[in-house]
Amino acid sequence: MIRRGDAGYVFYMPKRDIEDQITSMEFDSPEKWGGEIRLKNGGIYFIEPQSAPERLPCSLRAKRIDGVE
Amino acid sequence: MSALTREATETLIQEVLEIYPEKARKDRAKHLMVNDTELESSKKCITSNRKSLPGVMTMRGCAYAGSKGVVWGPIKDMISISHGPIGCGQYARGGRRNYYVGTTGVDTFCEMNFTSDFQEKDIVFGGDKKLAKLIDEIEMLFPLNKGISVQSECPVGLIGDDIEAVSKKAAAQLDKPVVPVRCEGFRGVSQSLGHHIANDSVRDWILSNRDGQPFEKTPYDVAILGDYNIGGDAWASRILLEEMGLRVVAQWSGDGTLAEMENTPFVKLNLLHCYRSMNYISRHMEEKYGIPWLEYNFFGPTKIAESLRKIASFFDDHIKEGAERVIEKYTPAMNEVIAKYKPRLQGKKVMLYVGGLRPRHVVGAYEDLGMEVVGTGYEFAHNDDYDRTIKDMGDATLIYDDATGHELDEFVKALKPDLIGSGIKEKYVFHKMGFPFRQMHSWDYSGPYHGYDGFAVFAKDMDLTLNNPCWKMLKAPWLKEEAAELKAA
Repeated sequence: MIRRGDAGYVFYMPKRDIEDQITSMEFDSPEKWGGEIRLKNGGIYFIEPQSAPERLPCSLRAKRIDGVE
Repeated sequence: MSALTREATETLIQEVLEIYPEKARKDRAKHLMVNDTELESSKKCITSNRKSLPGVMTMRGCAYAGSKGVVWGPIKDMISISHGPIGCGQYARGGRRNYYVGTTGVDTFCEMNFTSDFQEKDIVFGGDKKLAKLIDEIEMLFPLNKGISVQSECPVGLIGDDIEAVSKKAAAQLDKPVVPVRCEGFRGVSQSLGHHIANDSVRDWILSNRDGQPFEKTPYDVAILGDYNIGGDAWASRILLEEMGLRVVAQWSGDGTLAEMENTPFVKLNLLHCYRSMNYISRHMEEKYGIPWLEYNFFGPTKIAESLRKIASFFDDHIKEGAERVIEKYTPAMNEVIAKYKPRLQGKKVMLYVGGLRPRHVVGAYEDLGMEVVGTGYEFAHNDDYDRTIKDMGDATLIYDDATGHELDEFVKALKPDLIGSGIKEKYVFHKMGFPFRQMHSWDYSGPYHGYDGFAVFAKDMDLTLNNPCWKMLKAPWLKEEAAELKAA
């Protein structure tokens, strides 16, 4: 689940209880949104690039590429 | 200042771990840490929400306890059926002191035990028919119930009963929500998964029941989430919110009703007290209904003032003024309480081992009384709880996750706290060791502890326990003689 925090996007993964700021997102425009995202804790995830969600928070599928579980 | 230095605390952890076999020692070492307030994330130094080590005493519950005992049980006008053998329901009955208003057995049912009392033949032939019959009987005997939840115990999951089908059929027949909850005790590592399952079932079966129906809104609607009204806690919180001008639409789930839960999607802000047990549903409501949520802490005047201001910041000036007015109104009374009890409690050390939100939330209340929390720990927390705890606790204090009986004993012996706060299972052990002890699950049959009114009770209780003369008389006679002989020699 991605929500908007005080400073940019916040990433939350249920069950694993990972809640952290997103430091960088590959694509961040209304038409193309997602791609590789990097978290403050070092984790790297991948979200299939898509048009930006109309409102946040929203749940979507993310693949773990690297970093802490 | 902590009781011990960082090195001393680390040595203590090593000493305590020494007794374990190597494999167990390695596992337990991950669950104990020395607090470092500069840490951003707890992930690297403490592991939590893992299966308890077999063969040691642990204080955890099961998924059924988390669902029936914590989340669903306190909803007063719903009947929670303990579906399975009789013990789970009977021995968990009324243990949490969730106060409510109503006539038990007529329109409210929290203190009663409804169970399908599984026998061998139900295990062999399945218990679905029995459940259907039980629901019919409930409807006949208690027609004022507003809904029914079916809380599965272990055997139901093991034999694969289809409680969903029975519930759906019964719901259509009765025209009331009948909620199947798959909270079999063997699921997950602790009661924490039970909270999650319960939240999910609320989401699936209750929350959207009134979508699109008319509701008279005000701009100041809020809901209290994760307050179970233990000893009247939710009432002590609610009056503060109402006094500052907010309208409390729902209480989840202490003294809560089904209608309140169904109306929650209409509120402007969800106020979350117990993060661990209700964050799931808050996140869901944020996503589906766009309702922001906010964690607050109503233990001790410092934290209350902080929380009231934080809550008010979501609203207009009317509420902001209201918050200041409330703080101003209660400050003199709180100063009186502190002036009375602080001299008697100043500098005393406290050790906590509880669950949910208390290991971090009550720290502020103790600090208001001049006391210091030297060690804290959760029974079933996850890493996000520890992330929050690190900030609230002093540097170099001890933090333990899912502590075992041996660890707690040894930590207490080494840290020699002046007061221990934990549950009933630990109470008499520490009484016998001569340590003042308060139950921090049920407030030791006292309460409320939330809110300004609660703080006065909290301060008095801590003083009564800590300064009770009985603790000096607890030395065993044979130990006393030894001491006397030593003196003579």
